[in-house]
Amino acid sequence: MKETIVIVGAGPAGVRAAETLVEAGLALIVLDESARAGGQIYRQPPHGAERPAEKLYGSEAGKARAIHTALEQIRPRVDYRPGTLVWNCFQGKLNTLHDNAQGILPFDRLIIATGAFDRVIPFPGWTLPGVFTLGGAQIALKSQGIAIGKRTVLVGAGPLLPLVASQYLEAGAEIAAVLDVTPFKAKIAALQRMMAMPAMVRRGLSYLSKIRRAGVPMMYGVRSLAVAGDRRVEGLAWTDHRGRRHQVACDAVGASFGLKPEMQLADLAGCDFRFDELTRQWLPVVGAGGRSSVPGVYFAGDCSAIGGADVAELTGIRAALSVLEDRGTPKPQQLRQLETELARHARFRAGIEAAYPFPNHLIDGIDDSLMVCRCEGVSAGDLRANFVKSGAPEVNRLKSFTRVGMGRCQGRVCGAVAAEILAAKSGLPLPEVGRLRGQHPIKPIPLVAGKQS
Amino acid sequence: MDKISVDVAIVGGGIMGCSAALALRKAGLTVALFDKGLCGAQASGVNAGGVRQQGRHVTEMPMTRRAAKIWPRLHEILGEDIEFRQVGHMRLARSEADVEMLEKHAAMAREHDLHLQLLSGKVVQEMFPWVGRKIAGASLAVEDGHANPRLVAPAFARAARAHGADIREFTPVESAQWTGQHFEIEAPDLQVKARHLVNAAGAWAGKFLSLFGESAPLTLRTPNLFVTEPVSYFMTKSIAVCGGAVYFRQVERGNVVLGGGPGWGDLTIERARNRADTTLGQFQRAAELVPELEGLQIIRSWSGLEGDLPDKLPIVGMSRTTPNLIHAFGFCGHGFQLGPAMGEIICELVCEGRSQTPIDAFCISRFDTQAVEQKRTAGATH
Ligand SMILES: Cc1cc2nc3c(=O)[nH]c(=O)nc-3n(C[C@H](O)[C@H](O)[C@H](O)COP(=O)(O)OP(=O)(O)OC[C@H]3O[C@@H](n4cnc5c(N)ncnc54)[C@H](O)[C@@H]3O)c2cc1C
Ligand SMILES: Cc1cc2nc3c(=O)[nH]c(=O)nc-3n(C[C@H](O)[C@H](O)[C@H](O)COP(=O)(O)OP(=O)(O)OC[C@H]3O[C@@H](n4cnc5c(N)ncnc54)[C@H](O)[C@@H]3O)c2cc1C
Repeated sequence: MKETIVIVGAGPAGVRAAETLVEAGLALIVLDESARAGGQIYRQPPHGAERPAEKLYGSEAGKARAIHTALEQIRPRVDYRPGTLVWNCFQGKLNTLHDNAQGILPFDRLIIATGAFDRVIPFPGWTLPGVFTLGGAQIALKSQGIAIGKRTVLVGAGPLLPLVASQYLEAGAEIAAVLDVTPFKAKIAALQRMMAMPAMVRRGLSYLSKIRRAGVPMMYGVRSLAVAGDRRVEGLAWTDHRGRRHQVACDAVGASFGLKPEMQLADLAGCDFRFDELTRQWLPVVGAGGRSSVPGVYFAGDCSAIGGADVAELTGIRAALSVLEDRGTPKPQQLRQLETELARHARFRAGIEAAYPFPNHLIDGIDDSLMVCRCEGVSAGDLRANFVKSGAPEVNRLKSFTRVGMGRCQGRVCGAVAAEILAAKSGLPLPEVGRLRGQHPIKPIPLVAGKQS
Repeated sequence: MDKISVDVAIVGGGIMGCSAALALRKAGLTVALFDKGLCGAQASGVNAGGVRQQGRHVTEMPMTRRAAKIWPRLHEILGEDIEFRQVGHMRLARSEADVEMLEKHAAMAREHDLHLQLLSGKVVQEMFPWVGRKIAGASLAVEDGHANPRLVAPAFARAARAHGADIREFTPVESAQWTGQHFEIEAPDLQVKARHLVNAAGAWAGKFLSLFGESAPLTLRTPNLFVTEPVSYFMTKSIAVCGGAVYFRQVERGNVVLGGGPGWGDLTIERARNRADTTLGQFQRAAELVPELEGLQIIRSWSGLEGDLPDKLPIVGMSRTTPNLIHAFGFCGHGFQLGPAMGEIICELVCEGRSQTPIDAFCISRFDTQAVEQKRTAGATH
């Protein structure tokens, strides 16, 4: 039977899924918003600005090259459409935008491999020019080969923090401080679980020693962050785990607090979601073999739960194998081994999540004056005051009254924080205040009359 | 099990139910209102916010005029700003035939003391240079405008509660029956005894017809809406087009809200969505009229669940099978403006069995087999 199989995302997950399906002799379409394949971690600089893989990806150069080559090799046999944003999924059809032209793509099977993005928590000064996410800081380095500032402070709550710090140092950028908002003792406690993947731990330790050797102050259990400066970043102040106040001068801050799956497409496709207590976020329900709750829709990579690049490759293959299985191919041999490997990664991941617990103290410390939704100019005080007046028992209601999450980002950045603030103010458990309902477009799209692809 | 007894029970906390609750309390009756979710979270909370009299069917004129007198002081009645702005509403004519239609409509409206300004294509171009060239003329309703739908029904609910109404959210009414003396109404863990029952259940109102042996050809309507990124304010009027293909307006903060055509919805799962194909078509038509819209980014889209009837007019009035049962539903995509008047009308129906505003045209009996044969009266243009 001739089916249209579509993969959205050409990161490690999407590429491995595509490769597996091509090897099985299937025709498929791969859509990716980026101009070049590789996804977040193996992002490639624009054509003409190439740099050696070792410089860009460090220890991961081999894996990066493998992903890029894998796509090049299958390219003659897949319909790969870079620069194509998928902005809606409804009743078995995708709406796409390529070069300002609208397209409609009906599918029979869909592998969602849209990856993840930085989780943001506001702190005083977070909207000032010069404040970026850690991912943004990394993208600047990978795609343009530049640092976000002359003297940068990096702040985080996940493995991306030491990684980006060491990448910046590698590139010769000056780092004023590396601040981890989660406690050091959490890492010690989680070490045993992380040892499920000793190589990963070694790699992590090598980043840390690089930071140490460079003489950059690295602190844990940091709280009460505040950017200094009126018009742009001039410094960053914080309180250390002993309660001492610090301040350094800097012209850029890279700060984000873990990752958040890019799951709007899953939402629009009608997939079920569940609340994940550990990471305090809503995640799509992932069934056996990466299947979603919607028949014919599969997940691969970080878009349904954060696992990192290696897991993305494995779950990419797994989603493809599930497609094959659902098409009537006998259960592939590979699958058992794949699941064993994924189980080991899952133990490691549990260790990572424990090593970097969600920084509740940052949420608790959000002052009334702090801007939560920068698109619509809604402060934490606005949200709290509205709850007192309206009694909004869930976050869509709060949105409806205050406009939080109604701007360009559609709550991708502020939605989860608004929910945290509402839960804290109302005393309701976080899952009960819910999550913002998804509507298209996934990202703002320009409307140009009459252009159809 | 909670047991309560009231003069009037209202099913539905949309703008109709909530404004009725306030009016009834002001008339001194005891009132309980039930919504299965939150007040104003359905059609009343997600509509396009158009507060418009022009373009309405002749039978709706008394009702819309009554509402128009309330809107300018609604913020005082409710004690909060509901972002009502009388920016003016302009219907564009693309052909001479359209112009003729506007003239006829204006003559009809004048009889109801609504004075529409007829503008030639040239005048439109001079006064509103952002309107594209293909305009044959326009009709301007200076009193019309828009309000923030997300605020209005909840504000009515708050005001009603402040006046002593018993407003119960997350309370789905599951059954209701007339005992001969009163209604017995049931919701989870709740029994209600009421002398009067108001069916203001919006798109779900059919349930409260069948419970009382009535029927109407009520279907689902899901208007398609979307909004652009904010751009500097240039579109000083709300816009609609003869033929009704698209309508749009710009809010002060700069976003342009566009609507027209069908979205998608499902009453059982209570979900409505915008249809991308409709949106793209609507946008194209809007950009033909206002070229500056071209290239704007759309940031958000939605739809809502609204009751629809074949003649595009609501059902408002007494039940024909059951005493003391009042219906007010099926507003076919244009009930927001009517809401503030509807509360008073419902109150009059409860207190006196009739309203001072003519509403006979909205009687449920018009859908009896023979009535259906009769053709829809001319002039309805929404
Ligand atoms: C900024 C950032 C930096 C990261 N850096 C690292 C790192 O250095 N090391 C590490 O181990 N992990 C890193 N991660 C974690 C990362 O998520 C995984 O390592 C890995 O990239 C996941 O692979 P993936 O294939 O699931 O998704 P991704 O690699 O993120 O690929 C997803 C692809 O989908 C495309 N896409 C998404 N939505 C749409 C849409 N609607 N329409 C069309 N295309 C779409 C994107 O353009 C992207 O190419 C980073 C994450 C982020 C957000
Ligand atoms: C997308 C859209 C755009 C629109 N644009 C405009 C516009 O620009 N201008 C205009 O004038 N009009 C507009 N309308 C129409 C207007 O919104 C409606 O006519 C009006 O809001 C109807 O109000 P209502 O109270 O009857 O219905 P709703 O607001 O839907 O209220 C009905 C309520 O009944 C409750 N309910 C139902 N069954 C039960 C039960 N068994 N137990 C308890 N509660 C129950 C529901 O939860 C709901 O809250 C639009 C409508 C939509 C959907």
